[in-house]
Amino acid sequence: MSSNKETFGKTVGFVLAVCVVCALLVSFSAVQLKPLQKANKALDQQTKILEASGLLAETDGSSKSIKALYNEKVFGLIVELDSGNIECSVKENNAEDGCYTQILNFDERRNARDTALSSKPEDDLAGINRRSNTAVVYLVKNETGAISTVVFPIIGSGLWDLMYGYVGLEADLNTVKSVIYSDHKETPGLGAEVLNPKWKALWPGKKIYNDADVVKIKLVKGGAKPGNVHGVDALSGATLTSNGVTNTLQFWFGEEGYKTFITKYLAEGVN
Amino acid sequence: MSSDAKKVLTGPIVDNNPIALQVLGICSALAVTSSMANALVMSLAVIFVTAFSNLFISIIRNHIPSSVRIIVQMAIIASLVIVVDQVLKAFSYQLSKELAVFVGLIITNCIVMGRAEAFAMKEKPGLSFLDGIGNGLGYGAILMLVAFFRELFGFGTLFGLEILPLIQNGGWYQANGLLVLPFSSFFVIGLIIWALRQWKPEQVEKD
Repeated sequence: MSSNKETFGKTVGFVLAVCVVCALLVSFSAVQLKPLQKANKALDQQTKILEASGLLAETDGSSKSIKALYNEKVFGLIVELDSGNIECSVKENNAEDGCYTQILNFDERRNARDTALSSKPEDDLAGINRRSNTAVVYLVKNETGAISTVVFPIIGSGLWDLMYGYVGLEADLNTVKSVIYSDHKETPGLGAEVLNPKWKALWPGKKIYNDADVVKIKLVKGGAKPGNVHGVDALSGATLTSNGVTNTLQFWFGEEGYKTFITKYLAEGVN
Repeated sequence: MSSDAKKVLTGPIVDNNPIALQVLGICSALAVTSSMANALVMSLAVIFVTAFSNLFISIIRNHIPSSVRIIVQMAIIASLVIVVDQVLKAFSYQLSKELAVFVGLIITNCIVMGRAEAFAMKEKPGLSFLDGIGNGLGYGAILMLVAFFRELFGFGTLFGLEILPLIQNGGWYQANGLLVLPFSSFFVIGLIIWALRQWKPEQVEKD
């Protein structure tokens, strides 16, 4: 070890050189891989939306067939949550449709951090702190062009962190078709059982609202009684995750969630 | 391959295992071993990072001013970890979602830093590279072994394939809830260390 490399100038110069090389390496990989990462994210989202509408089985699981089916059947809307107004709706799933591009770049999490684009819920049941003013709702159409499923994104606190997912409703906007979680950090084997196919199979046919339009859907500890159209078995050993799911649903289908839009939609139709 | 190189490459797998003998890198061994797929990806990521950080640090070892050597090592390791994270996000989105924060935490894995400081600062690049792979393999071997027990008895599956049908899915096997939780790795790793030291008594520390 020579002593001259220990001078102040050389040390600073060396560290700077290492930093520049490292920075180049990092930024090169980040920029080069960005398109692939974006495509992965979009594909993951499309897969979940198809799963929520019960169409995933129609694809062969390849990214190509998922994209094709999504583009054929799923049409997004951007909804202003407080007024229930539709900001824009997709007519054709291609880049020329302005709304399509807008939905592609829609990022709930970014909006929720931006005070101009989000607000604090008065009754923050779901524990989300801030809620984006707008949300994307997905209409799934069948061959004749009639709406078969409407998919609503939901967010709410579980035990450890926010859980992100989708709820698919039948065209009556009351009967549940599916509850699909896409992103969560719950305990494996306990709260993470929200992904268990057996639990997911309990949802179809349940009703969100009762006859008086009050959100009644909830998870029932110890198991829902047969014939209970608003109750689904809670996850055993995961009380706090189950409470989180109940609160998330009650929030998102309540006044501060999609209820205004749903009421308006049922009265006036989507167009 | 010379016997020296071979020793550097295979030594850390059994004789000088970073987890079992040196007891380094335990934190991530707890966190990512609930399924074999996660453990495999994590092992590959660590092998990549230790190998290349050893290589690069060894190449510039004679120029690193010793007063800032740890910082320089960290900068190189951190850059490699970010690259791994980006690659995972681009090519294996599902796994990167599951591993999430743990890939980033490879930066703090003592094995990477330990090998850079103890080996790559003194040895030639080729040998350092092999040492990195060897230590990554040693880490990966333990990870896979722990994940094997945890996934098999905690979930009844291996690599997601059902081996022991669970009661809640209509089978006969009652999953062991303890093994699902991260701290159960302490027991599994402890048992592995015990078994290894029974087999190779020279690894037992003297009082």
